[in-house]
Amino acid sequence: MSDPSTASIVSTPRIEEPAQTGAPANAGLPESDRRNKPRGLLGDAWRDLRRKPLFWISATFILIFLVMAAFPQLFTSGDAVNGALSRSRVEPSADAWFGYDVQGRDVYARVIYGARASIVVAVISVIGTLLIGGTMGIIAGYRGGWVDALLSRIADVFFGLPFVLGAIVILTTFNGSGTSNSEWKIMGLVIMSLVVLSWPVVMRLMRSSVLATKEADYIVAARALGAGTGRIVLKHLLPNCLAPLLVYGTIMVGSFIGAEATLSFLGVGLKSPVVSWGIMISEAQNYIRVSPFLLFFPALFLVVAVLSFVMLGEAVREALDPKLR
Amino acid sequence: MTENIIEVRDLVKHYPVTRGVVFKKTVGHVKAVDGVSFELKAGETLGVVGESGCGKSTLARVLMNLEAPTAGQVLYKGQDISKLRGGALRRLRRQIQLVMQDPYTSLNPRMTVGDLIGEPFEIHPDVAPRGSRRAKVQELLDLVGLNPEHINRYPHQFSGGQRQRIGIARALALRPEVIVCDEPVSALDVSIQAQVMNLLEKLQAEFGLSYVFIAHDLSVVRHLSDRVAVMYLGKMVEIGTEDEIYERPTHPYTQALLSAVPVPDPTLRDNKAIIRLTGDVPSPISPPSGCRFRTRCWKAQDVCAQEVPLLEIRRGSDHPSACHFAEQREIVPTHEV
Amino acid sequence: MSDILVSEQSAPGAGSGRPAGRLLEVEDLRVEFRTRDGVAKVINGVTYHVDAGETLAVLGESGSGKSVTAQTIMGILDTPPGFVTGGQVRFHGKDMLKMSGEERRRIRGEGIAMIFQDSLSALNPVFTVGFQVAEQFRIRRGLSRSDAKKRAIEMLDQVKIPNAKGRYSNYPHQFSGGMRQRAMIAMSLALDPEVLIADEPTTALDVTVQAQIMDLLGELQRERQMGMILITHDLGVVADVADRIAVMYAGRIVEEADVYELYGKPGHPYTLGLLNSIPRMDEKGQELRTIKGLPPNLMNIPPGCPFNPRCPMAQPVCREKVPPLLQIGASRASACHFAEELVSRD
Repeated sequence: MSDPSTASIVSTPRIEEPAQTGAPANAGLPESDRRNKPRGLLGDAWRDLRRKPLFWISATFILIFLVMAAFPQLFTSGDAVNGALSRSRVEPSADAWFGYDVQGRDVYARVIYGARASIVVAVISVIGTLLIGGTMGIIAGYRGGWVDALLSRIADVFFGLPFVLGAIVILTTFNGSGTSNSEWKIMGLVIMSLVVLSWPVVMRLMRSSVLATKEADYIVAARALGAGTGRIVLKHLLPNCLAPLLVYGTIMVGSFIGAEATLSFLGVGLKSPVVSWGIMISEAQNYIRVSPFLLFFPALFLVVAVLSFVMLGEAVREALDPKLR
Repeated sequence: MTENIIEVRDLVKHYPVTRGVVFKKTVGHVKAVDGVSFELKAGETLGVVGESGCGKSTLARVLMNLEAPTAGQVLYKGQDISKLRGGALRRLRRQIQLVMQDPYTSLNPRMTVGDLIGEPFEIHPDVAPRGSRRAKVQELLDLVGLNPEHINRYPHQFSGGQRQRIGIARALALRPEVIVCDEPVSALDVSIQAQVMNLLEKLQAEFGLSYVFIAHDLSVVRHLSDRVAVMYLGKMVEIGTEDEIYERPTHPYTQALLSAVPVPDPTLRDNKAIIRLTGDVPSPISPPSGCRFRTRCWKAQDVCAQEVPLLEIRRGSDHPSACHFAEQREIVPTHEV
Repeated sequence: MSDILVSEQSAPGAGSGRPAGRLLEVEDLRVEFRTRDGVAKVINGVTYHVDAGETLAVLGESGSGKSVTAQTIMGILDTPPGFVTGGQVRFHGKDMLKMSGEERRRIRGEGIAMIFQDSLSALNPVFTVGFQVAEQFRIRRGLSRSDAKKRAIEMLDQVKIPNAKGRYSNYPHQFSGGMRQRAMIAMSLALDPEVLIADEPTTALDVTVQAQIMDLLGELQRERQMGMILITHDLGVVADVADRIAVMYAGRIVEEADVYELYGKPGHPYTLGLLNSIPRMDEKGQELRTIKGLPPNLMNIPPGCPFNPRCPMAQPVCREKVPPLLQIGASRASACHFAEELVSRD
């Protein structure tokens, strides 16, 4: 794709065995090959990523959102919590770009401040889900036997819990009838319930990936060389099983922001005065016909954030597959 | 030169066949290898031929210590390899290496050639100090006829033959004494096959390697092997030098196998008598009693069903054969070139 | 057995009234694969023909275009990425590439049938083998369920599947490799085709089974006077069964000859190289002389003769001019500038 000398027609397996590069041994080598410095998969992936506009665009957006989450003051001097009812549902104008909500609070400021809760909850839950589910999946798939049977049954139990019901149970148990309004405590609980209820999907994904890869000839070859379990898992299994996980992970970011909103809407998740896009969207839905802008702006931020993560995931997945470079 | 590097004694490998998911019940055994003995001498090539399901690939896995034998032993210089642990096992791994059949699946697609060939050094760091590894990798690439500058390429950027060379370079990295080749050329094109076979011969001469060369192609095996063992349904039916097996076969199965090989010479097509075998290879879960070949053999008598024929030198023959009625017969007229 | 065959031969349809002339001709066929990475010229002017009762072996290594040619003849080339960019495929003198989809479908099976290398994936795993054979008769011949079943069992019997009646209701995975290949032969011969294309029919099989299948194919071909195109890379199999051979390299026919002439005295350096590089069981102490290098990248075929970078006889002219496939004797042709020289040499 990016390297003409290595262009092969492998991507169309119908042409029997592609006659590849080799014939003129030196002709048309990329310059880097002549320089001859050994590189690894990650180095190559990074080199490849740097050439992709998709990567730069999505990374820039994600960076902006992260800064927004960390230092909202940089973006707005408005007040996200207090408003004046006299400005209730005032349309966007030059001095309030996104208008005012029902309670007369500045929507722009709220969207900026909302990034923190939304992004922190989604990103940490996704990372947690991937780590726990991925590890369980590798253990179950690689060890097999009774370990696999046990872990799979445990996963099935969690898999069987309906998400909303499970989350309500967890949140009300650990935060009985909304006694605590501490922002971080509620976020922690929301993250925990998302992770606890979502890891089985990732585990199943990883497990089937590992099962398929485990029998590959190159794993046998590595074992024959005397490679230990750690090396086989980290060097051979993981890089070849990661792709579906990355894709699923980026999709999860979006659905977790939505899930957080659902919980807020039900009154068991984040609550005022904490601001999140989910809360804003659920508040706006009652006024969708009269004041659509109340829904539009938080939804726009949500969509851009989710798309950025999806695009980043796609770019990373492609970069990690040498055949797609 | 007559030192035995590997001795295999009464090797048995059975795989249980199970039913049920949670409560597994063993309902039978696949008798993949069922009592095989042979030895491999220093510097020689032992060819192992047989059709699919005869147990030759299982044999390779047990020789590589990837699977523990059900019974019997594999001795490397007198040590039982399945009993080795820790440091001793690591030293053994350095001495016996494997080249696999499919060059498309036997290399990790996400590793560069440099990483692939360098991996043996990382697993066995005492072989080469860190700083010298890159030079070693490039030396190996050169040795197997690949461009040493290609260390940063990925396997998919090479053709099948080139990938098989990468596999061979990997196997050579630790300077082993024995290489087990499991169908190393059968996935390659005709013109590429010859290149890889010549490479294997060259490397053997250069490093004094011993090969266990497992293949289904009898022409390839004859070309490379000093001695040849013929397997059928988990048993060795005949073993001898290349001449003994190809020019004076005594086991009916060997004779049938040899007669079925097409020879690339149309002038031979009319005066060639193919011994036609009827039926299929029986299931290795319940092999026939007595001689396993008797269900397809034209010589079968009552004794064949009752007595397992031993692999031994019989009257009128110069090499071991596991047939009650072993008899020499010329199948392929051979001429010297 | 034999009277079944007679009734099979007199079946309505394809068998009767064959017009004179060539049965199947491919002329100057060109196919390219348009991929993301560029255009691969997979077939670059292939011409061959097969007559009734004759076996043409198409010999070549992977990437030579031998299977793509067959797919184009059958009309099962995947488009995209494959595109026919020129040439004709004539069946009884009519260009199939210009026919409507309906006409081509009718020829498939009744006129030209094909068997594949991998019988496990060519048979549908969820239907019984017998059902899949019978389906041909039901759909294409409009036979009733019971008649179709009777004919299917006859077919399975003809390809020497023991206990055909009993095995009718077995699934493909219950058959061994050799038996599956027989079942596939039964399926493709059900409609009594005039031409059978066998694409590496025995590559996945063991030698003893290979011998059985090749015997069976030869026998069925003689009985039915079929034309057969045998696509293979195996020089041994070709020597045993072929009448004529077309050797392909980089999407071109480089040599076409009678089987005895070709093995006796190859008329192209590539054929010579192939014959020198195969190990022979009947020769002792043989030295393998290899063809150096690799087949060309089909997206970047070298100018002149495509074989010139690997050819030990290459001269400057070989790098400039593509050698045409020229007649060099009564029954042979070669695409080498020095073919005459090669053949007259001892």
